[in-house]
Amino acid sequence: MPEATGGGLGAEELRLRRSPHGTGGGLRPASEPDGARELKFRDPARARELGLALTAAADAMGRTVSLMHVCGSHEQAIARYGLRASFPRSLDVIMGPGCPVCITDTPEVDEGVALARQGVTIATYGDMVKVPGTVLSLGDVQAEGAKVEVVYSVSQAVELARATRDPVVFFATGFETTAVATAAALLAGVPDNFFVLSAHKYIPPVMEIVAEMPGSRVEGFLAAGHAATITGWGVFEAFVERHKLPVVVAGFEPLDILAALLKLVELVRDGKPEVVNMFPRCVTREGNRNAQEQLFKVFRPAGGRWRGIAHVPNGNLRLRDEWAHVDARRRFDIDLRPLWQYAPPALVQDCICGDIMAGIANPKQCKLFGKECVPDTPVGACMVSSEGTCKIWHLYGGVPDLADAPRAEVQP
Amino acid sequence: MCLGVPGRIVSIDGVVATVDFWGVRRAVRLELVDEPVQPGDYVLNHVGFAIRRIPEEDIQGTLDLYESLLHGEGDLMAADVRSELAATPEQGPDA
Repeated sequence: MPEATGGGLGAEELRLRRSPHGTGGGLRPASEPDGARELKFRDPARARELGLALTAAADAMGRTVSLMHVCGSHEQAIARYGLRASFPRSLDVIMGPGCPVCITDTPEVDEGVALARQGVTIATYGDMVKVPGTVLSLGDVQAEGAKVEVVYSVSQAVELARATRDPVVFFATGFETTAVATAAALLAGVPDNFFVLSAHKYIPPVMEIVAEMPGSRVEGFLAAGHAATITGWGVFEAFVERHKLPVVVAGFEPLDILAALLKLVELVRDGKPEVVNMFPRCVTREGNRNAQEQLFKVFRPAGGRWRGIAHVPNGNLRLRDEWAHVDARRRFDIDLRPLWQYAPPALVQDCICGDIMAGIANPKQCKLFGKECVPDTPVGACMVSSEGTCKIWHLYGGVPDLADAPRAEVQP
Repeated sequence: MCLGVPGRIVSIDGVVATVDFWGVRRAVRLELVDEPVQPGDYVLNHVGFAIRRIPEEDIQGTLDLYESLLHGEGDLMAADVRSELAATPEQGPDA
């Protein structure tokens, strides 16, 4: 959420402090050229070795292998380190629905917009403010005078409610990693004027949908490390059993990603659909049981639409009946009809964010990308979020741009 | 947004810990952590909650990774890590 800086910790503040961890000087001073460091791996020799092995394994397949990851942080690392430019041509690594802001569906944004217009204070994560609903974003109604507050955490939203008597609705977005925080905050106790509009999503079910999409070429999935920290890798076993597609849990370091992709290609080659955990320092089979317990004490999985993906059975996390008293959907009469009296802006109709989220198109195939649609004036959600494919490609360049860039693995 | 950020527990008061992130102290809630923690332990913090105790042998590697991530203006991963700290309130129990 790079736009949201209010009350935050600036880069400078962090840079100027010394590391308390005894890691050899801590953060480097701001004067050190960042650009020179950007594309360096911590272990270039290992990166080169993995890169060569990946190329050899993919080339040996004699055909294109498509793999999907479902994590904005994975895409950031792939783009930031120029990994895609170093992949062999026969390897297609696609970002699927891994951006929580992006897959928040239009009607969910509309609910927040309608509530804000009804005079309720909406507290939400910074990126959500720019995400378009059917015709309006929360930012649009904020400009009209509605009360929309950017928060970094659910706790800050609860504090907002404590400081006023007016109703405060926390528009809660994010995957299970973030939903557990909302659950814990509710279990810890919230004031009577605090409500939750849940747009939380649960990753495992959407992998089923993507795997079943007609024409899907995806032969294996890279699962996101920190979401799996909560769910555990065991959650993917049933998926593997049903779809006969391998799943590899991966960390966020470029080396982690290269190693995981290599493992996936090998599993595809050997026809071995299984779950492999390549991020054992964070992920166990059972996951964080304590967090899971709290998550499902507060939320229940329910079917619902994800932007661009279609209906995902059990893909949404909705508040359980015991939490009806904090559920904004049950406590407020949310009237969406006034929002649907207008046609969506013409540009929105050209946005292919949905296809990009589903992994069947990439940003370069969108005629708005980098022209009418840029981070300052995004047309679609994928250009809003720091985890959106379009914003990541816009900042770091996509595939063709990176072909000219220095290759990551040959940097000393 | 799901990247989290590692820090060292300085002190604990009930379910709230004061955690040190590169010299910046923040109050981190402990309701979600996967196992009991004590001062000196490292935890992975996400939107103000510790979601995992980092095992001893993984501390150095984790810190090195994040230090390498934190460099760069206008960098999305660095921005995500910084926003994790912004998500964590400043008042620790001993602040």
